Amino acid sequence: MSTKKIPYSKLKAESPNTASGTYVRIIKMGIKYKVQMFFGIIAIFIAAGFQLWIPILIGDAVEKISEIVSESDDATNRSVTTIGLLLLFASSMRGLFTGLYNYMGESIGQHIGYELRLLYYEKLQRLSFSYHSNIHSGDLITRALLDIEGVSMFVRTAFLRTIFMFFLIGTGTYMVIKADLVLGLISLSFIPFVGWRSIEARLKLRSSWYKLQEKMSILTKIMDENMGGIRVVRSFFSQNYEIRKFDSASKETLYLANDQVDIKSINISMISTSFLISMGLVLWIGGLKVINGSINIGELATFLAFMSILQQPVRMLGMMVNAFARGAASGGRLFSVLDMEAEIQEKKGAINLTKAKGILKFNNVSFGYEGERTLKNISFEAKPGHTIGIVGPPGSGKSTIAHLIPRFYDATSGEITIDGINIKDVQLDSLRHLVSVVEQDSFLFTASIEHNVAYGNPWAEDTDVEIASKNTQMYNYIINLPDKFNTMVGERGVSLSGGQRQRLSIARSILLRPKIIVFDDSTSAVDAATEQKIRIALKEATKNRTSIIISHRLSSLMHADEILFIESGEIQERGNHEYLISKGKKYSELYELQIRPKIN
Amino acid sequence: MFKSKLKYSNTPPKASIKRNTFFDDEIFGVAYDQKIILRFGKYLKPFRKQIIYSFIAVLFFSISSVSFPLIIKFTIDSSLYNVTNIDNIFLICIVTFFIGIIVNFISGYFQEIIIGKVGEKVLVDLRKSMFVHLQKVSLSFMDKTEIGRMMSRLQGDVAALQEFLHTITVGLGDLILITGIIFVLFFLDWKLALMMIGVVPTLLLVRIIWLPHARKAFIKSRVTASIVSGALAENINGVRAVQGLTREKVNYSLFEVLAHDNLKAQNIATRFSVIMMPIVDTLTGISLSVIIIGGGFLITKGNLEIGVLVAFILYVQRFFDPIRALTMHYSVFQRAMASGERIFELIDVPIEVKDKANAVKLKNIDGSIEFKNVTFGYIEKQPVLKNISFKINPGETVALVGPTGSGKTSITSLTHRFYDIWEGEIMIGDKEIKSVTQKSLGENVGMVLQEPFLFTGSILENIKYSQSKTTRADIVNAAKAVGAHEFIMKLPKTYDTILEQRGSNISLGQRQLISFARAIVADTKILILDEATASIDSYTEMLIQRALAKLLENRTGMVIAHRLATIRGADKIIVLQDGKITETGNHDELISLGGLYSKMFSLNYSSFDDIPDELIKSAAEETKENVT
Ligand SMILES: Nc1ncnc2c1ncn2[C@@H]1O[C@H](COP(=O)(O)OP(=O)(O)OP(=O)(O)O)[C@@H](O)[C@H]1O
Ligand SMILES: Nc1ncnc2c1ncn2[C@@H]1O[C@H](COP(=O)(O)OP(=O)(O)OP(=O)(O)O)[C@@H](O)[C@H]1O
Ligand SMILES: [Mg+2]
Ligand SMILES: [Mg+2]
Repeated sequence: MSTKKIPYSKLKAESPNTASGTYVRIIKMGIKYKVQMFFGIIAIFIAAGFQLWIPILIGDAVEKISEIVSESDDATNRSVTTIGLLLLFASSMRGLFTGLYNYMGESIGQHIGYELRLLYYEKLQRLSFSYHSNIHSGDLITRALLDIEGVSMFVRTAFLRTIFMFFLIGTGTYMVIKADLVLGLISLSFIPFVGWRSIEARLKLRSSWYKLQEKMSILTKIMDENMGGIRVVRSFFSQNYEIRKFDSASKETLYLANDQVDIKSINISMISTSFLISMGLVLWIGGLKVINGSINIGELATFLAFMSILQQPVRMLGMMVNAFARGAASGGRLFSVLDMEAEIQEKKGAINLTKAKGILKFNNVSFGYEGERTLKNISFEAKPGHTIGIVGPPGSGKSTIAHLIPRFYDATSGEITIDGINIKDVQLDSLRHLVSVVEQDSFLFTASIEHNVAYGNPWAEDTDVEIASKNTQMYNYIINLPDKFNTMVGERGVSLSGGQRQRLSIARSILLRPKIIVFDDSTSAVDAATEQKIRIALKEATKNRTSIIISHRLSSLMHADEILFIESGEIQERGNHEYLISKGKKYSELYELQIRPKIN
Repeated sequence: MFKSKLKYSNTPPKASIKRNTFFDDEIFGVAYDQKIILRFGKYLKPFRKQIIYSFIAVLFFSISSVSFPLIIKFTIDSSLYNVTNIDNIFLICIVTFFIGIIVNFISGYFQEIIIGKVGEKVLVDLRKSMFVHLQKVSLSFMDKTEIGRMMSRLQGDVAALQEFLHTITVGLGDLILITGIIFVLFFLDWKLALMMIGVVPTLLLVRIIWLPHARKAFIKSRVTASIVSGALAENINGVRAVQGLTREKVNYSLFEVLAHDNLKAQNIATRFSVIMMPIVDTLTGISLSVIIIGGGFLITKGNLEIGVLVAFILYVQRFFDPIRALTMHYSVFQRAMASGERIFELIDVPIEVKDKANAVKLKNIDGSIEFKNVTFGYIEKQPVLKNISFKINPGETVALVGPTGSGKTSITSLTHRFYDIWEGEIMIGDKEIKSVTQKSLGENVGMVLQEPFLFTGSILENIKYSQSKTTRADIVNAAKAVGAHEFIMKLPKTYDTILEQRGSNISLGQRQLISFARAIVADTKILILDEATASIDSYTEMLIQRALAKLLENRTGMVIAHRLATIRGADKIIVLQDGKITETGNHDELISLGGLYSKMFSLNYSSFDDIPDELIKSAAEETKENVT
């Protein structure tokens, strides 16, 4: 297991130059849907067959009709009727099978979208803290909103249709060339040109889509932070500043979007013009041939009908090229996330630790976020029933210690053991069941109070939820609300006061009855009186548990069995309250500050 | 084909990831609303000129497209019948054809580029309208919505419109094309034209039956998609809690159900759009065979030329192609309408807190604040602050204390008019806050929020924020005042260190210091500190307080803190309980009162064994004096 940090460059999406790999992956995903693929491809062949039969029938009809003009007998008249009916049949069959293959294409695309959504969701849940703190959620959400759709759209509009087009054009080529070499070649002369244009446009569009999606991510970020920080924005009345920020990002997206319009417009116009030129040439040379009698009018009509059938796919080509380009850009951005390895991995044959007692030991643990060492040689031991208190100035590394225990990060050196077992050898789930950290800035979910309290164990009994909320002094508040436990908690808990949010997240943790519980400054917004009540209530609940209390309020942790004073990632002082006071250093200085009334 | 992979036997009873709040997605019943289309009009207005040009381009494009089969007809006629002068007419036809191609190319190009660019600009404008509106919408509304859902409107719905845009150029041309074709067909041979058009009523009938069902299916697909992205967004934001509480498996299984619902809804919608293909094609076939059989009959009777028949055959294809395409793009169209509705719905959210028409600028204030009988609550009939009255004199520092949830933060929010009060008056200086502009209020009242929020960007940018005149020296001074300078200098890039989302790469205390510095840089007459030092140790706090004493000299301060050490020095302490003021006075007065404050104060020590004896004694004596 390496604890190396992921360089930021690796977090970025795949560069736009490696699209073929992206296509291969998407195609592989598509091929898995065997049933849809099978029926889709069969339907394609049938649909293309009927599609090609139609011009032949039309040619026949025209020829027969021109014969009628000269001969006029009943037999030809009847055969015209037959051809008419055959055309009806061919046309409706073409519709049926075109519909069928389109349905299959859509279905594959939707299934891939569904699959990607699940994979993406699962991946993001598993990626470690280090990943998430380096990448903006707005970026990840943009990928979920726009890039999954980009891939799915590519599959839906271009996957099977490409096969259809190739088949149609291939067979068509054979047929027209067989009918008349010169005219056939002329009627197909636009295809190489179209192919070249499409490839070129696709390349340009791909890099443009790629840039556009990146800019979209930035725009999302700005909007996301504007709404998340709405109280800051309002309190500084900085709306105009925010709008300016938005405008400059928005302008860049517009610029890129206009770029795409340029590429697409010229591309589509040139493609359809090249098609029309071929048609004009067929008309010209074919007309001359009819005049000098080397082909008859029916054959010319076949050619023209064939070309008019190709017109629709040609028009669609522009859309498909765009879908290809977007698919590659979006796919690259998605796969770069899906390919990330979670930094924290479970070993093979990891031990299940559910039954552990909860003896926690730090053994010379050092850790650094970005090279620099944040924690240096931390050692301590905490036994069930014991409490460790941690104090220290901001940024000294207290939360970092808390984050190492459930393996949100892995220590760079030294080891952390529970009941003597290195936590790296333990099943991740069982470790995190055993250890619960009440985060300093806890996240509440947009759900009812009940669902929030039971977040870690949705099977909890009503009474468990009630007890947890009683222990955190929330019960009286909750039952006085109109909807009681069903009251919705706003996003991140906006509809609660600071202290209520903290207490709810304590309740959420103690409901799980973890063996080791870490309170990371989790009562800073709770008044001393309420905190006192919580401590008394928790004393009973945490009797046989190992507690770690991080706090700036010394009254919260002065009864701890051992108090660690941390500064710059090192333990500067340790011992119980009396001892530290008697030493008369930093801890006692803090203590003085908190108890003595300020004397000027 | 659709069997859920998940055996859903044990649904967790107390879990959901599908949110159900204010902005319900289910309210979209009426897509296709004409009003929506009209409302886009407003956004198109600035582009009148471009729209006229694009119409001209579309017209030329359609005319040239319609004329090709016609030219072909003349060419064939000339090569078949016109024995005299054959070369001339034939050549003219061919030349006309190529001229048509040039017209087609130029008009096609301009049509694409004009409509495309106007469309992109309109989308950007729409998104901006939403964003600008969100800047004004009251907090009471924003509290009830989630960023993820907003984002699904700001990004997802705009993207859906964009997709629509790419098909609208085609669709618009098609519509003109169809009209043109009908025109030409009647011009060529009205009998044959009637035969061919005969199937159109059937098509209309089919659509009338099909439409309501299809619409429902499309809306369902859109709504389920929005729910899925909402759930995904929240999981991303709360991923730390998800992992810490090992909710991954439960969330995954809940998410799978939502995603699967979406898949099913999409599939049903697809069936509706696909079913139209065989129908339209069968009708095409009927038209074709009618033309061939009927046309053949007419030709034998000598009533029709062969060229006309060929032209008809070509037109049939051109006629039904757009119809087929329109059907295929119907889902796009439908989605665009639903999205348009969601976008305008956001733009229509009423603004509750807004400047009065005759609002004045708040300037040269002395800094006094007065609450007169203020009552306020977030939920109807549930007042959080009840009949609050107090006055803060210019230059005073007042502390608000009280148990959690007693309404302290709410008072600060009201001072800044985040919400409008139910009853009473709030005065700043000699002005009622409802009578002044919000902008000038923002310039005079600075705030450090209870939850520090930082933006992605450098530390420098964060402290500076919207204060464009602030210099680097000002920023460094502010950072020094709050004791942040030291840690900032230790960072690899000091003030230019980039903070990640919400400042997640520095500690919470450090975040709090930076948000504190940001408020100081704003240099306002009134400064509100809502637990600005709650996550900071007492030593650092003492240093801050020393600096702050100087800073607050000519300012009015409103300070909230639970740590009593923080507030002891205040000129006045206001004790709140359950939204009511229970005690006011300075530290000594309140201690001697023996009420909640003195109880809290002693509790803060209660666990300390050595509360100074003289303190207890004096407190007790003062209480006695009070009683007597
Ligand atoms: N946006 C909101 N929507 C609904 N209710 C709210 C909202 N904000 C606060 N409340 C409720 O109003 C009451 C007062 O909250 P307030 O935030 O003012 O308390 P506080 O005194 O600041 O508490 P704390 O010390 O815990 O921060 C609480 O009961 C809280 O649940
Ligand atoms: N995700 C991160 N990436 C890089 N550096 C970080 C990250 N999180 C914290 N740090 C840095 O590591 C150091 C220790 O941070 P930590 O959060 O452990 O402090 P703390 O003791 O909990 O402080 P506080 O009392 O403010 O909560 C700080 O200097 C901080 O800037
Ligand atoms: Mg911390
Ligand atoms: Mg508060």
